[in-house]
Amino acid sequence: MAASPAAGYDDRPEDEGDDVATTLNHTADEPSRRDFLYLATGAFGLVGAAATIWPFIDQMNPDASTLALSSIEIDIGGVAVGQEITVKWRGKPVFVRQRTAKEIADAKAVEVSTLRDQNAQNPNLPANSPATDANRTAPGKEAWLIQIGICTHLGCVPNRGGTYEGWLCPCHGSQYDSAGRIRQGPAPENLHIPPYQFTGPTKVKIG
Amino acid sequence: MSGLPGLPQYQPKSRFMKWFEARLPIGGLVHSSFIAYPTPRNLNYWWTFGGILTLMLAAQIVTGIVLAMHYTPSAALAFDSVEHIMRDVNYGWLLRYMHAVGASFFFFAVYVHIFRGMYYGSYKAPREILWILGVIIYLLMMATGFMGYTLPWGQMSFWGATVITNLFSAIPIVGDAITTWLWGGFAVGDATLNRFFSLHYLLPFMIAGVVVLHVWALHVAGQNNPAGIDVKSNKDVVPFTPYATIKDAFGMSVFAIFFAYFIFYMPDWLGHADNYTPANPLQTPAHIVPEWYFLPFYAILRSIPNKLGGVFAMACALFVLFILPWLDTSRVRSATYRPLFKQFFWVFVLDCLALGYIGSQEPVGGWILAGRICTAYYFIHFLIIVPLLGWVERTKPLPPSIADAVLAKRGGGGVPATATAAPERRG
Repeated sequence: MAASPAAGYDDRPEDEGDDVATTLNHTADEPSRRDFLYLATGAFGLVGAAATIWPFIDQMNPDASTLALSSIEIDIGGVAVGQEITVKWRGKPVFVRQRTAKEIADAKAVEVSTLRDQNAQNPNLPANSPATDANRTAPGKEAWLIQIGICTHLGCVPNRGGTYEGWLCPCHGSQYDSAGRIRQGPAPENLHIPPYQFTGPTKVKIG
Repeated sequence: MSGLPGLPQYQPKSRFMKWFEARLPIGGLVHSSFIAYPTPRNLNYWWTFGGILTLMLAAQIVTGIVLAMHYTPSAALAFDSVEHIMRDVNYGWLLRYMHAVGASFFFFAVYVHIFRGMYYGSYKAPREILWILGVIIYLLMMATGFMGYTLPWGQMSFWGATVITNLFSAIPIVGDAITTWLWGGFAVGDATLNRFFSLHYLLPFMIAGVVVLHVWALHVAGQNNPAGIDVKSNKDVVPFTPYATIKDAFGMSVFAIFFAYFIFYMPDWLGHADNYTPANPLQTPAHIVPEWYFLPFYAILRSIPNKLGGVFAMACALFVLFILPWLDTSRVRSATYRPLFKQFFWVFVLDCLALGYIGSQEPVGGWILAGRICTAYYFIHFLIIVPLLGWVERTKPLPPSIADAVLAKRGGGGVPATATAAPERRG
């Protein structure tokens, strides 16, 4: 406060100035309180804008009624050996197949190290379980292959066919074997297995 | 362009128009943009496709608005509501066929328009922004066309939507979350159909907005022309009205004859019979293909034997268009004066047609190899041939002006003196 009235703010040495003078005298490498306030206000506004936008984005995610449909119970008593049914779970087809002894034996004979996708893709097991035939089914239920019938390439539904006693995708020619593992074509992964458990001898809860 | 001397200015005549013009000069805007606007005198019929595209956008919006009055965007009712339009609604069959065939003709016109721009070098300075806005319009058209094709909820609608939305699942880490978010569920379903309908209604108006920017940029830089040289004097131009107006109207009329022929005599020829089967989420048709206007990109997607790689190649095939103005190193715009580029241009057109045909075939045997060769050539054209030609090509001498180019052509000898004697009698 010692500066004469005639002296402009810029003439005053910084250490002598009051708050206002300090603000106006700041240099680029010495941020002032006003710089801090600008940044803080701007950042606060940005957070507010993001918070406002979020409901508009999140409304597109699956809604509560869709999530509520996420588990079904089915009766597989009527599925004979070598037969397959398709049930709908979360809008997707799930193949439930009682495999023949030959299909099981052939699937077991395949070395896991020769497979393109060596992950069992089975959420009922720990992640990274190897894609053995046993890991593709539930313990003690090796005849039952339960898998999501959606090609891991671009989402078409494979039909029975191909050269591996399994499934052939009509869209881009991916072939899966009798354990639903990818053997040929553009698909990167084995057919995924849904979370499921046997709740009785012929009852399965999917989801 | 509009600053050329000697062109008439808008003079409001009535007292009301004078009063109005002083408050909102819209008469002057229309006059300077669509009446007195100087257009190069050598524009050929390929230049009428801009007007044709405007007509098609308007036709799609008008037919779409009335179809939306009868359509129900629900997975349970959508297919039946389309059949209701076809059988019960007064003239519903006509409106729906206009809209469905109209989409195909809209894309046909935009492809002619894009190839015309490539042939005459319309993307080069100072028209880079004009070109980029055009590519944005094309991308918006693709999104609109794709979502519109989903709405009838037939088998092709459903499985086309499934395959295309699954492209996003190729993105590492967040791919599955994005796909679920797009679907609003765990598969394409009711939520997907509803949002596609909402966006399909919105996007054409966004296209109209970008078209305004596109025309604005066009009127700042001025139109390119078959000679690819700049307008130098008033001798090079004619007023937009009546010359371009009448020529565009004639082009639109001829285009409309073909359009009407398809609507009345072969309305389903460009579609797919499987789309008259209601969507079944448990059964994929034996052979699924997208609409014809997406086939070249579909062929590129399938020719890469890796999921992420295929999606990446398809995205690159579109985004390479954005950088075309900087890939082309030649200073000469028009292929008329670029003998080598002219040949490579037609090879490129053939390559795109071949990709389209390959995309419609099942990916087995020789089609896979053919698809890979054509995909490779597509990128070689943009990334190697086009940049290299600018350095190695010996271009033909450019005419001194558009007027000289026109008169040389009319005279047949390139001597303006003989041509000016009676230019209009020698065509």
